[in-house]
Amino acid sequence: MRETALRNAAATRAGRRLGVIGGLAAVLALTLLGALLVGAYPISLADALAAFARRLSGAPAQGQIETVLFDVRLPRVLAAALGGAALAAAGAAYQTLFRNPLVSPDILGVSTGAGLGAVLGIFLSLPVAGIQLIAFAAGLATVGLVYGIASVVHGREPILVLVLAGVVVGSLAGAAISLLKILADPYDQLPAITFWLLGSLAATRGAEVWAALPLVLLGLVPLVALRWRINVLSLGDEEARALGVEAGRLRLAVIGAATLMTASVVAISGVIGWVGLVIPHIARMAVGPSFDRLLPTAMLLGASYLLLVDTLARTMARIEVPLGILTAMIGAPFFLWLLAKGREGWS
Amino acid sequence: MLEARGLGFGYGARAVGRDVDLEVRPREVLCLLGPNGSGKTTLFKTMLGLLPAQAGEVRLDGDPLASLPRSAIAQRVAYVPQAHSAQFPFSVVDMVVMGRTAHLGPFASPSETDRRKAAAALATLGIDGLAETEYTRISGGQRQLALIARALAQEAPAIVMDEPTASLDFGNQVLVLAEIRRLAVSGLAIVLSTHDPDHAFSVASRVALLDAGRLLAQGAPREVLTPERLQAVYGVSVAIERLTGGQTVCVPDYGTDRA
Repeated sequence: MRETALRNAAATRAGRRLGVIGGLAAVLALTLLGALLVGAYPISLADALAAFARRLSGAPAQGQIETVLFDVRLPRVLAAALGGAALAAAGAAYQTLFRNPLVSPDILGVSTGAGLGAVLGIFLSLPVAGIQLIAFAAGLATVGLVYGIASVVHGREPILVLVLAGVVVGSLAGAAISLLKILADPYDQLPAITFWLLGSLAATRGAEVWAALPLVLLGLVPLVALRWRINVLSLGDEEARALGVEAGRLRLAVIGAATLMTASVVAISGVIGWVGLVIPHIARMAVGPSFDRLLPTAMLLGASYLLLVDTLARTMARIEVPLGILTAMIGAPFFLWLLAKGREGWS
Repeated sequence: MLEARGLGFGYGARAVGRDVDLEVRPREVLCLLGPNGSGKTTLFKTMLGLLPAQAGEVRLDGDPLASLPRSAIAQRVAYVPQAHSAQFPFSVVDMVVMGRTAHLGPFASPSETDRRKAAAALATLGIDGLAETEYTRISGGQRQLALIARALAQEAPAIVMDEPTASLDFGNQVLVLAEIRRLAVSGLAIVLSTHDPDHAFSVASRVALLDAGRLLAQGAPREVLTPERLQAVYGVSVAIERLTGGQTVCVPDYGTDRA
């Protein structure tokens, strides 16, 4: 009797969670479609469907609609969805790993490091691809440096040492960015630097999305494969080890995966804050803290969210609003509301 | 089963205790008594391989602990930490299922069988009604029971419990001690620490008295826990009385000041 009731309750919960994930997938599909249609050059649904049909059947393109749809809007829309999903996944992984719901993917300095790389690239007047490559490499190198420092400094609290090393290296990179800004050409380079540091998808091309996608997927593989152990790791090192998990090695794998995802996205979009912090939070409120459900929910939610924000960024004003400004303006009040509402979903 | 030989333990360079020889076999309850700060938790963490031994060694079924991978250790000895609060609101049953981790492959998630074992462990401790409640919303005593359930779900032949009765009400203390006794009868080897000599008298087959990181005495409860020793370790005078039912109790003398 009791066991059946228990199983029914569990089944209802599982059903509700599946419903949440299915619903979010539908929302993402609709947002994707909507984002493709709206903009400075509006496209009707019928025209868009016809254009897709022509492209799939290999018929010749018929002018401007195709150009706008496939060369400008589709790469940008896909980049926004990919970036939102990757940042939210990395944020969910880091929050679980560091046992702290206030942690974002750049806690170990990946964004600041990538920022420094990009600023250096702009300063040296490198081509766009060069800037992206150096941003990606600098993001990875920064986290590698932070992890290296933390492994050399043996403390009783490995996680605390990691976070502190991240703060120190991050502020060093921040100082280097400021120095480069002062040295940069104020009419040509400085606006580009500022724009990059606030994040934008305005110049995203298809090739960049195709370069980032496999790296994001590569980072996603360990997170999916190790989803159960990541849960156990959220109990803390000591308990996780007592339960049979090699905590140090697992942490390295998760940090590597999340860093790869974040760095590949930041390299093409610039620094976009708040997504990796707020979205995993909301996902946790919807489906609970278990990482196997948290990960897909956060990714779907993050993809829809950044897509929506990016669509706003290019339609709400006559000039393009940098993404970082919008995500902060939406994210910060929302986060305060979460705080005021009580700590539901995290403790 | 689980044995420590000439064990020195501590954090980093700081030594907390040394020269500890302990052993627990199947069907045995070894009870570790000692005042606050005597090193009980540090000793346990070293015996579980969570801290490296500073001297001597710990063996599990004859194998040096240091040579075993974490999953092999967790399959043979389970750990019940002092009740704590979790960072994230996992359901109680999720928390208990985590005890199955050592039996899962690195990329696997718990199966239906694992969930059934977790549910059975919850039922054993009488908290199956809390299965779907969030671990962060239950009381300290209920958390302690859930952590014991997790150790049961781990199905290790030995369990190390750090003050399992510390945050429990009177009824749950009795429930947990009775469960500990039943587990030992069913063949498990159990090591626990406690602050209450009465608990040692009621469940322990052997008692070890730890003071300032050194073992003062080890053996049958009535031989180890003498009024003189308890007074020396805790600084309060006590009487040890045998009740007509055969039970032994420790009665403190509330009239005396600390020596």
